[in-house]
Amino acid sequence: MSYIGEITGGIKSLLMGMSVTGKYFLINFFTRRDVITEQYPDNINTLKMFDRFRGEVVMWHNENNEHRCTGCSACERACPNGTIEILWKKVVNPETGKGRRAIDKHIYHLGMCTMCGLCIEACPTNAIEWGQEYHHPTYDRTKLTKVLNKPGSKLMQGTKE
Amino acid sequence: MITLSIFSNIHQWLLGVLPDESTVHVVELITIALVYLALFALTGLFLVYAERRIAGFFQLRLGPNRVGPFGLFQTLADALKLVSKELTGTVKADKFLYHLAPYFVIISALVTLSIIPFSQEIQVFDIDIGIFFFAAVSSLGVIGIFLAGWSSNNKYSLIGGMRTGLQMVSYELSIGMAIVTIVLLSGTLQMSQIIEAQRHTWNIFQGHISSLIAFMVIMIASTAETNRTPFDLVEAESELGAGFHTEYSGMNFAYFFLAEFINMFISATIIVVLFFGGWLSPFGITDGIPFMGAFWFILKVAFIIFLFMWFRWTFPRLRIDQVLKLEWKYLLPINIVNVVFMAFLVWMGLTL
Ligand code: SF4
Ligand code: SF4
Repeated sequence: MSYIGEITGGIKSLLMGMSVTGKYFLINFFTRRDVITEQYPDNINTLKMFDRFRGEVVMWHNENNEHRCTGCSACERACPNGTIEILWKKVVNPETGKGRRAIDKHIYHLGMCTMCGLCIEACPTNAIEWGQEYHHPTYDRTKLTKVLNKPGSKLMQGTKE
Repeated sequence: MITLSIFSNIHQWLLGVLPDESTVHVVELITIALVYLALFALTGLFLVYAERRIAGFFQLRLGPNRVGPFGLFQTLADALKLVSKELTGTVKADKFLYHLAPYFVIISALVTLSIIPFSQEIQVFDIDIGIFFFAAVSSLGVIGIFLAGWSSNNKYSLIGGMRTGLQMVSYELSIGMAIVTIVLLSGTLQMSQIIEAQRHTWNIFQGHISSLIAFMVIMIASTAETNRTPFDLVEAESELGAGFHTEYSGMNFAYFFLAEFINMFISATIIVVLFFGGWLSPFGITDGIPFMGAFWFILKVAFIIFLFMWFRWTFPRLRIDQVLKLEWKYLLPINIVNVVFMAFLVWMGLTL
């Protein structure tokens, strides 16, 4: 009896599978509703990547050109292939007159980055995040080396160091 | 031979031009062979295109749509690329067998084409043992695949070829048994008469449940016979590179590829002839209109091919032991019982 049962069970499950795929085929054949293909060079002006897309590492800046990077270089140490270089500068606190270190240039070599995300996880102040830009080709590879903190930007007030 | 009136005109004309009848015969045969070759190269190309396009829709993609309208010329471009490629091979391959193998596969596929009745008039070779001829010739292709696997001197090819031996020889039995079931029902082996016997009802309804079982068995066995997913462990890409044709390139590879699709076409036509009345229109609605036979035939074949493609993009690949278990423990016993059952039905006159 289990022999017959196995056969009918098998046929039933096969038909169930076919009904699922058949439904998708009919829908997409006639309406293209669920088609996820992006016809890339045609829609280059309108194509927008989804939020979780790992296009490049960018640094968040608010409207006053302030960022949250303290220059702690946790990201530099976390990066497995030396993509990030942190350059420091000395700033003098006008009230106390004491000098201390702050970020000068957060240098990011896009050409070396594997988009692993370790730097973003390592950052204690969430200063860096994923950008959705996907169109990176250049004719000159020095253009792939970017400074993430914008010129003239400074540390946001209240960022815990 | 083809009996359409336009062709008999050509025949008369040739008789007038050429000296004697045997020359005319040879010229006609060569012409038909060339026409079939061209036609089926195109059919193969179109089937590859259809497969990729349909696969696209099953997988929520678009499939090829760049070359020509709806990407129709994509496979033509691919074929041109293959033709222009160098024929490479392994140093330690068995050269003679290595170059012979693709021709076994493609020729056995093309020879089978000759018995296919496209309509009442268009059939090249209406031999009286037609369906038996199909069973005999189509199994020649296994030798080609086996040779390819063996002579490439590559372990992936060898495993692929061995699996073919196991799989195709096993499933040949099931196809044969299913064919026997229908032969019992229609009482003839000749293609045109099998179709003629279905004029009032198609075979799939004539034999009640027995025909239905035979149909299901032959669908499964044909899928296995043409090495398509879920039975594609002959060339299981993830395990064996490309299986038996790993070492082939250029046109030799294209022959294998084309033969696969032509074989699928042939399997579909055999199923249509056996179960769905070949070129007969449903309920005889277009009787008397010329060329409608070919239209219905192609329509039915297209549907069966679509079913094959549907299988392919739904079911996951079987393991080799599962393949053999399916054949020897399920399909074959069911089939034998089914043949006896059909014989009983025919004996008692219970068929429709
Ligand atoms: S994503 Fe990975 S590779 Fe890229 S900068 Fe961050 S840690 Fe380095
Ligand atoms: S980006 Fe984050 S981890 Fe890197 S230096 Fe700035 S604060 Fe430290």
